Amino acid sequence: MNRHPKLGSVDRGRVVRFVFDGREYTGHPGDTLASALLANGVRRVGTSVTHGRPRGIFAAGAEEPNAVVQIEEPFPEPMVPATMVELYDGLVASGLAGRGRLADRPDPARYDGMYAHCEVLVVGGGPAGLAAAEEAARSGVRVILADERTPAAPPGVRLLPRTTVIGYYDDNYLIAVERRSEAGTARERLWRIRAGHVVLATGAHERSIAFAGNDLPGVMLAGAARTYLTRYGVLPGRRAVVFTTNDSAYLAAEDLARAGVEIAAIVDVRPTPAPTDIEVISGNFVTEARGDGEVSSVLVGSRELEADLLLVSGGWNPVVHLFGQSGGTLRYDDDLAALVPGESPQAVTVAGAARGVFGHADCVQDGIRAARAALGQTAPEPPPTSRQHACWLVPATDYTRHFVDLQRDVTVADIHRATGAGLRSVEHVKRYTTAGTAHDQGKTSGLLTTAVMARTLGVSPADLGSTTFRAPYTPVSFAALAGRDRGDLHDPVRVTALHDWHAAHGALFENVGQWKRPWYYPGDGEDMDTAVLRECRAAREGVAAMDASTLGKIDIRGPDAAEFLDRLYTNLMSTLKVGSIRYGVLCRLDGMVFDDGTAIRLAEDHYLVTTTTGNAAAVLDWMEEWLQTEWPDLRVHCTSVTEQWATVALVGPGSRAVLAELAPDLAVDSASFPFMTWREADVAGIPARICRISFSGELAYEINVSWWYGLALWEAVMSRDVTPYGTETMHVLRAEKGYPIIGQDTDGTVTPHDLGLSWLVSKKKADFLGKRSFTRQDTARSDRKRLVGLLPATRLREGSALLADGRMVGHVTSSYLSAALGRPFALALVAGEHTTLTTLDGTPAEVTSPVFYDPEGRRRDG
Amino acid sequence: MLLIPCPWCGPRDEAEFHYGGQAHVAYPADPAALSDEEWGRYLFFRDNPAGPFAERWSHSAGCRRWFNVVRDTSTNRIVPQEANR
Ligand SMILES: [Zn+2]
Repeated sequence: MNRHPKLGSVDRGRVVRFVFDGREYTGHPGDTLASALLANGVRRVGTSVTHGRPRGIFAAGAEEPNAVVQIEEPFPEPMVPATMVELYDGLVASGLAGRGRLADRPDPARYDGMYAHCEVLVVGGGPAGLAAAEEAARSGVRVILADERTPAAPPGVRLLPRTTVIGYYDDNYLIAVERRSEAGTARERLWRIRAGHVVLATGAHERSIAFAGNDLPGVMLAGAARTYLTRYGVLPGRRAVVFTTNDSAYLAAEDLARAGVEIAAIVDVRPTPAPTDIEVISGNFVTEARGDGEVSSVLVGSRELEADLLLVSGGWNPVVHLFGQSGGTLRYDDDLAALVPGESPQAVTVAGAARGVFGHADCVQDGIRAARAALGQTAPEPPPTSRQHACWLVPATDYTRHFVDLQRDVTVADIHRATGAGLRSVEHVKRYTTAGTAHDQGKTSGLLTTAVMARTLGVSPADLGSTTFRAPYTPVSFAALAGRDRGDLHDPVRVTALHDWHAAHGALFENVGQWKRPWYYPGDGEDMDTAVLRECRAAREGVAAMDASTLGKIDIRGPDAAEFLDRLYTNLMSTLKVGSIRYGVLCRLDGMVFDDGTAIRLAEDHYLVTTTTGNAAAVLDWMEEWLQTEWPDLRVHCTSVTEQWATVALVGPGSRAVLAELAPDLAVDSASFPFMTWREADVAGIPARICRISFSGELAYEINVSWWYGLALWEAVMSRDVTPYGTETMHVLRAEKGYPIIGQDTDGTVTPHDLGLSWLVSKKKADFLGKRSFTRQDTARSDRKRLVGLLPATRLREGSALLADGRMVGHVTSSYLSAALGRPFALALVAGEHTTLTTLDGTPAEVTSPVFYDPEGRRRDG
Repeated sequence: MLLIPCPWCGPRDEAEFHYGGQAHVAYPADPAALSDEEWGRYLFFRDNPAGPFAERWSHSAGCRRWFNVVRDTSTNRIVPQEANR
């Protein structure tokens, strides 16, 4: 074991067992998978995606570009950095070759969503973030501190531990993912946080240097090695070379040396090294890391130093991802040789290393300053930002092993190829080489890519700008984003008062919007076609009933209700008599049909209109919009009453007799109760409003009762030898009559005239919504597609293209088998006059009127 | 996720609202008097500025009222328009 006897904060009293690449290992609570692997001497963790090169652990946090693993147990999860996996008993993981595998079964774990509001959100619990949170909490305001680990929260601060803020959106809305591993709780929680002010104390990521073989296992960021030692007590190697451009790597070297790692030398690119007892080769480069599968020696000019560890520090990049996501500008600072935050349109302050302030004391002071600035208090002077020596690349003749993006296997040679091809924008080079597009989003490679590009083009990185930082900062699982909104809870399910009856009687259901509607009721051994033909025959020859409760119903009331409907519908609604019903069509302003339904006039100032099932909310929105924004002078109120009324459609030549039995007080003969009128009466002892309307061409009634009595009404109807039918039969019956379904036979490009509904378009009204568009040049064209009927040789597929002389002239919108016609038939939208059309597979179809059944309308009165 | 100031309910998440496009595009007093081009301009053409833009929103999952705001399309900063509620 490469574990130091004392250092680190893992719980040495307890042992955790895990499996990696099929072998059993042990670690301690507090370990990550990465630290436990290093403690067990495992250095090769995977292979690279393009070149299949061995790869090890490069970093210690979210910026890890290399050690990406597949979690196998407790539940498969692809592409997780080993540095971000907290070790636990029973963990089974394996190394990857750049690509993971999704689980082949649903995740049994729970994922939750949380909402939080605060005056100050501090992102990052390092020295600056802790100081900012503590200072802000002193004012008594709500302070949330989110950190990837579990720091000790200052008093009065709400800590979100193991939480990564992944997205920064408009108006200080931030998204964070909390990882939880305790049994019995959600695996992850997605936090949606609205903050008055945000303090970004996101720290800095150490950056690499491009040299030959810089991807070998054993090459590691110097700061990461120090983290493995101090946080986990892990010695990541036995003999190390340190390659640096700055002082911070000296601290790593000295800490490791004290803990027993032999430091062969510090190679410092600067001519004047920092003071240390360790041998320094100054003003020099590491020219190559060598080894068979992992580092065994390091080349410095002509010297070859034996080592199993090569620690690299090219300096530090402020973590400006979230600041960039906030809409903030970024600026390349020549002194810091890094991107630093500029201005943001949002209420955000950046503190500490995230803006280039690197010393511990300075970071604490900067955190206090940021908290005071966030609360509008007098803030102390900001501490100065640091200076860094810029060194990106070790010169060579062959750049094919100088890796820039380890995860995407992009080398300096690849960047040269991109600039050689004439690319000058960092965004273009990113897309051409894929540098920075892997799961780590270029945390260690982004600026390096820009800097190598700049060097090649002979400009400053400042001239090239940066690529755009987009959410998420770290990968996020779809399960976390979905939270509880999956499976049965994915979308609200709406059912009618009769739903349980339908289910108990074997109905299959169709989703219409959020509604579950009975589709058809198969009897013993019946397939869909057989059941639907039987239901159709019952409606045409006997009596059948359908649950029509899902039709949208809007109550429209007020002195100006009639005027209002005249402006909305294409026909006149004001002339409708109390007690009568009229069919109507709504158009959008472009003249295209938007919805249809009936209006019944309940009183001079009171209508009830119906809408299609799927469009009820949209129609109500449409009415409200016109009332509020254009016609606020109209005295009208609109109320949705869809779920107040249960509706049973009673259909067929036998329907009058059934209604007469159920409603003995109602005069049901045609003279007393004519077509397109409504009456109030008790039906099966239940107060009801009965409408004589028909969507099938048969004698029919729609009986409306209070939702509470819907089942009682339905059961009374069903006790009379009435056949229940579903939406499929409804569709066949209406299609036989050529009645279009808005949204099936129309698609937003169809006018009432195209549907053959010119009789519904008022010529008397000066205006109604959509009227002006009917005379627009394109809308008035005579060669527009129109609704026609088709009698095909065999049943057509809905959506099929229709050809005339090899040219497409239309498509099939509805297609069924007809019991009444004894053959297949279809509706279609077709341009031009034709006698026959063919489908792509050569099926011929005769073009007919869209009214196939009872064109004289004789069956309407039974 | 914008924080949109509903003049009736106060600031609420964008997800509660429905977008209504450019404000102050009135329905013509007499559509029949317009040429095809004028009607087409009313129907299909809207401004698309980078900067302040008067636009309509409906608090569709809240009080269901329509109102206007001025939003800077380059910063998403919203200035409520009290007079237009
Ligand atoms: Zn509101």
